[in-house]
Amino acid sequence: MRCFIGIDLGSTTTKAVVMDENLQVLGRGITNSRSNYDTAAAVSKQEALIDTRLTLFRRGLDGIPSLAGQVDGIIADLERNFRHVQFVEQLDDLQQTCIGNIKGPRYVGREKAVVEALEEIFRRLQESSGALFVAGAKRKSDFFRDLAGADFMQVGETVARDAGLPFDLILNVYDKSIIEVENRPPAGDMEGKFLRALEKGAGGQGRAEMIIKPVQAALAIPLDETYVVGTGYGRVRLPFPKEHIRSEILCHGLGAHMMFPETRTILDIGGQDTKGIQVDGAGIVENFQMNDRCAAGCGRYLGYIADEMNMGLHELGPLAMKSTKAVRINSTCTVFAGAELRDRLALGEKREDILAGLHRSIILRAMSILSRAGGVKDQFTFTGGVAKNEAAVRELRKLIQENYGDRTINISPDSIYTGALGGATFAVRAVVN
Amino acid sequence: MSSTAEIVAQCQALYEDLDFTAARAWKAAKPGRKVVGFLPVYVPLEIIHAAGCLPLGIFGGGDSLEVIHGDAYYQSYICRIPRSTIELGVTKRLDFVDGMLFPFVCDVIRNLSGIWKMMFPNVWTKFFDTPQNFDATIGGSYYMKELDELREGLEKLVGHKVTDDDLRRSITLYNENRRLVREVYAFRAAKPWQAPTSEVYLLMRAGLMMDVAEHNQMLKDYMAAADKEDRPKRDNVRVAIYGSFCEQPPLNLIKSIEMAGCYVVEDDYALINRFLMSDVPTEGNPIEGLAMTYIKASVETSCKYVPKEEDKGMYHVQRVRETGAEGVIYATPSFCDPALLDRPMICHRLTEANIPYIAFKYAENSGQMQPIREQAGTFADSIKLWS
Amino acid sequence: MSDVVKEKSMLMQKEMIARNYEAITSKHETGRKVSSTFVPGNLNELLMCFGIVNNLPEINAIQSGMRKVSGNYIQEAEKRGHSEDVCTYVKADIGQMSRGNIAPNGKPFPDPDVLLLSYTGCYTFMKWFELLREEYKCPTLMLHVPYQGDGHSTKTMRDYIVKQLKEVVIPGLEQVSGVKFDIDKLREFLRNSAKAEDDLVWCLEQGKIKPSPIDAYFGGVYYIGPIFTAFRGTTDAIEYYKALKAEVAERIRLKQGPTTPDGTPFNDQKYRLVVEGPPNWTNFREFWKMFYDEGAVVVASSYTKVGGLYDQGFRHDAENPLESLADYCLGCYTNLNLPSRVDLLTKYVEEYEADGLLTNSIKSCNSFSAGQLMMMKEVERRTGKPGAFVESDLVDPRYFSAANIKNRLESYFQMIEQKRRGSGKAA
Repeated sequence: MRCFIGIDLGSTTTKAVVMDENLQVLGRGITNSRSNYDTAAAVSKQEALIDTRLTLFRRGLDGIPSLAGQVDGIIADLERNFRHVQFVEQLDDLQQTCIGNIKGPRYVGREKAVVEALEEIFRRLQESSGALFVAGAKRKSDFFRDLAGADFMQVGETVARDAGLPFDLILNVYDKSIIEVENRPPAGDMEGKFLRALEKGAGGQGRAEMIIKPVQAALAIPLDETYVVGTGYGRVRLPFPKEHIRSEILCHGLGAHMMFPETRTILDIGGQDTKGIQVDGAGIVENFQMNDRCAAGCGRYLGYIADEMNMGLHELGPLAMKSTKAVRINSTCTVFAGAELRDRLALGEKREDILAGLHRSIILRAMSILSRAGGVKDQFTFTGGVAKNEAAVRELRKLIQENYGDRTINISPDSIYTGALGGATFAVRAVVN
Repeated sequence: MSSTAEIVAQCQALYEDLDFTAARAWKAAKPGRKVVGFLPVYVPLEIIHAAGCLPLGIFGGGDSLEVIHGDAYYQSYICRIPRSTIELGVTKRLDFVDGMLFPFVCDVIRNLSGIWKMMFPNVWTKFFDTPQNFDATIGGSYYMKELDELREGLEKLVGHKVTDDDLRRSITLYNENRRLVREVYAFRAAKPWQAPTSEVYLLMRAGLMMDVAEHNQMLKDYMAAADKEDRPKRDNVRVAIYGSFCEQPPLNLIKSIEMAGCYVVEDDYALINRFLMSDVPTEGNPIEGLAMTYIKASVETSCKYVPKEEDKGMYHVQRVRETGAEGVIYATPSFCDPALLDRPMICHRLTEANIPYIAFKYAENSGQMQPIREQAGTFADSIKLWS
Repeated sequence: MSDVVKEKSMLMQKEMIARNYEAITSKHETGRKVSSTFVPGNLNELLMCFGIVNNLPEINAIQSGMRKVSGNYIQEAEKRGHSEDVCTYVKADIGQMSRGNIAPNGKPFPDPDVLLLSYTGCYTFMKWFELLREEYKCPTLMLHVPYQGDGHSTKTMRDYIVKQLKEVVIPGLEQVSGVKFDIDKLREFLRNSAKAEDDLVWCLEQGKIKPSPIDAYFGGVYYIGPIFTAFRGTTDAIEYYKALKAEVAERIRLKQGPTTPDGTPFNDQKYRLVVEGPPNWTNFREFWKMFYDEGAVVVASSYTKVGGLYDQGFRHDAENPLESLADYCLGCYTNLNLPSRVDLLTKYVEEYEADGLLTNSIKSCNSFSAGQLMMMKEVERRTGKPGAFVESDLVDPRYFSAANIKNRLESYFQMIEQKRRGSGKAA
């Protein structure tokens, strides 16, 4: 089938969306942007295609009456097993890469011992990997680096000690290799991996018989990458011809339109910039404004405040919600924010009240950008990382009500995919229209 | 009779009221009354007053106004006062103001006059240029024509003539105002503990939002009350503050400087009521009187050209001497072209005259006072140490 | 990057500039007097009457920006107490002074004999020459040109300027030069000016043709060079504009666009823009490339009007020499009020059939920048064409973010493209 893909290369994460020719979303994928944009684009695309397969499985299984009510579980099992297969494969890759990287004067005479130690470490990691992917297991991250890295440290230290090798000898090889592996998109043959996942008993209790056919049928559908559109701040670095690149403004506008067709105004507060966009009834951008050269009041400002207060980024919003009396914070300049913050704390202001003030000041800044872009029309859609912050959303609602009156405010849980969604839509329109 | 605390409280209420309730009430009190707003640094209030209008000082939004729409009109490298002024306009806080005067300060305020014309086409808006040639027959005669044009504009606004006698009456009141203002300043320089700048400042700001006769009475009352009260004298150093003639600092900043151990004995805050240093003649052609006083006897400030190199900054040196200031705090709004471009030249003069100084920047909504207190405190300590 | 490919007129101009720098730096040998003055409202014809060589610190700052040395000069000035907030032309000039004040020809700039403070349209000019005066202690002649606050000049303003010319500027220049003022000489120079101005206007107006044979912003900087600087009133300038006109005419005949620095004619013009604001000088070619790479040509600009709105009909007039100098000073773009600027830009978008107004907002230059967002909104509203806004600085390399500007430009061009394709088909 024809697949239309949008890839949004952001400064921190890269997102991909796969669509069919009827503008139906088939899959979404996300990965960290790394230093290597090519890989980030390839990985996010692959993730979105995996998600697409799962969608196709679901479509196949939904037609079987006796599986009614069980499809979610089956798909979840299938995905877990698939992830496990993929993880094992990447562990293999990491192992081979590590062994290949045993070079240099430090290792002379000890090569054999290091190889043996590495083999032992990876044997244990393979053995324990199953536990990471059993049903209900909580993984702290879905990125290979995070999962493999934590275990490697633990297991590696023991193995090295037992072998009488300095751990940093092992660590050195690992550090070099993990970057290589991470920057190598997982090998292809997604279909083969799904089949192996299926063999791991995705169905359980004899259901395998029933699901194998529809799954195989879904796997047999070829996923042709008919058209790919790249967007996002890193888009110029994508290895795409120029006509396959669209600005994030256009993609954001169209993506928001696809999610909420009545959208006329969009606010996106990302890590590095804030955008106010006006679109018409067809999702065509009529006007846009971005924060000027000064990045005051963008998502990054919150990160800075979190560091300054020694808190996690996601803890800021909930704490601010506890405030009863917001302190007025006048500077959204990251340079001054720290000083103003310390000044307020020294004056005995409560942390939650200061935070509430900070959230308000960010939103005030966003309101100015919206004002610059021509105000807030109905409906209004808020996207970007800050849209997940309840304190920011609360202030935004308040200020929109005060300045523009009643407006329907849309916030989608998938808002992070807005740009990629717009890109995929452009891809469909480039071919179908 | 009122105490200083009562007078100051009244002033502070006026200063903090961004809905301009008092000015609205003044206008509503009689049908046909008009209010004419003006920005820093200088316009001849006498002419506005003579036309029967209330001249209303618009000095930005201070530190309590949240600026949303104003920011939409300005890049990050432009000072704050035009933003908050636009915010006041867009939020209809100035919807009762019939005319707006934008005096020559810098290109930002100059351009704001054009923005105002486009945003508020029903308001009589004028950029008020003052001459930079100080020859009576050149700059002076040009300025007289400018003042006539201003008078004509006001006549059109109010729908009646503004006679020379009207002007003379207003000049008399403003001459008195200037004398009283100078007296308060002199009193503060003599006994700064009796008239703290945080009070004097409010007293002066409030005066730009009320009828001049009322302010004259208030100045007298304040002087009388301040003279009677016995307040403790502290071991503070005496400083002059320059560079703050347009966008005003938050009141907290003034308080912070005082709390850090400084008596402010001279400043260029809200300079308009000291801009003319002598009385304007009430005999003869009043327009000529206003023009020539500007030409011959107005203060040196950054928005005026200083024709002779040797005179540059000398006004500041002289005022420091006259008021017995021991040092200068050159405090300027961020991105203030006039004050910041002048700063090296003024500071060179201060150095030549062995007057110590420090310099820092603020915005009308500056929130962090700790660095201000630290700098002013260190400055005060260093002066004490060396004197 | 390859070497810049220059056209004949550009080479002519280069020689003229080199000769002028030679005249400035050789003043001790030739005994000629040197003045410093500004581009907007500059009185070149008047200076020529006294044989005074014209040195323009703005142009020197531009030169240092293009030669990539302005950054060091600016930092030098900031070290000496100049604020990071203020105009970088001033700081580049002052920094250059404190580093030996070497002219582009490698010889030291001599101290000026007079500072002619033609104070038109820019507040900073006044402070700039107060700062230079502090350094040079030389005669300083202030010519105050009132601002057109109400959107027009008045007889009062004109009389005031003429009076200053008669009683301040001319006597001052006589004193400095020892030359008696001869109004007939001035008339002759003004006649020369008007001739060159006619040809300049013809060239600028060819931006109306499709494809445009000129780039009215990046190319425009070269077209306005002689008229705006030390050559207005000279026969050199007349010759220059004849040559320029011939080049433009030839391109029209061949249906060619302007020549890019890469040496190729820029024919594939997809977007036609009106640009408001001065250019950035430190990354001039990079900035220009962002336009022609995307197929954007500038058909009209406000920057090419900072030294006079000749295309709106003004000509120097030998019959009314001093009055016409006064009118010239009054009419420079930055001396116009904002409603007049909006009128002009709207007219350009319409008459030059542009796709929209792009503003390059310059940090240094509040005379231009303060209010540009409002102007953009207004022009958008009146023309129905979308505007865009990018930020940079004149000669401060720290304030040029290529990625940031490129991102906005691309977004803007794609938006125009998308709108063109019309609703319903967003690709």
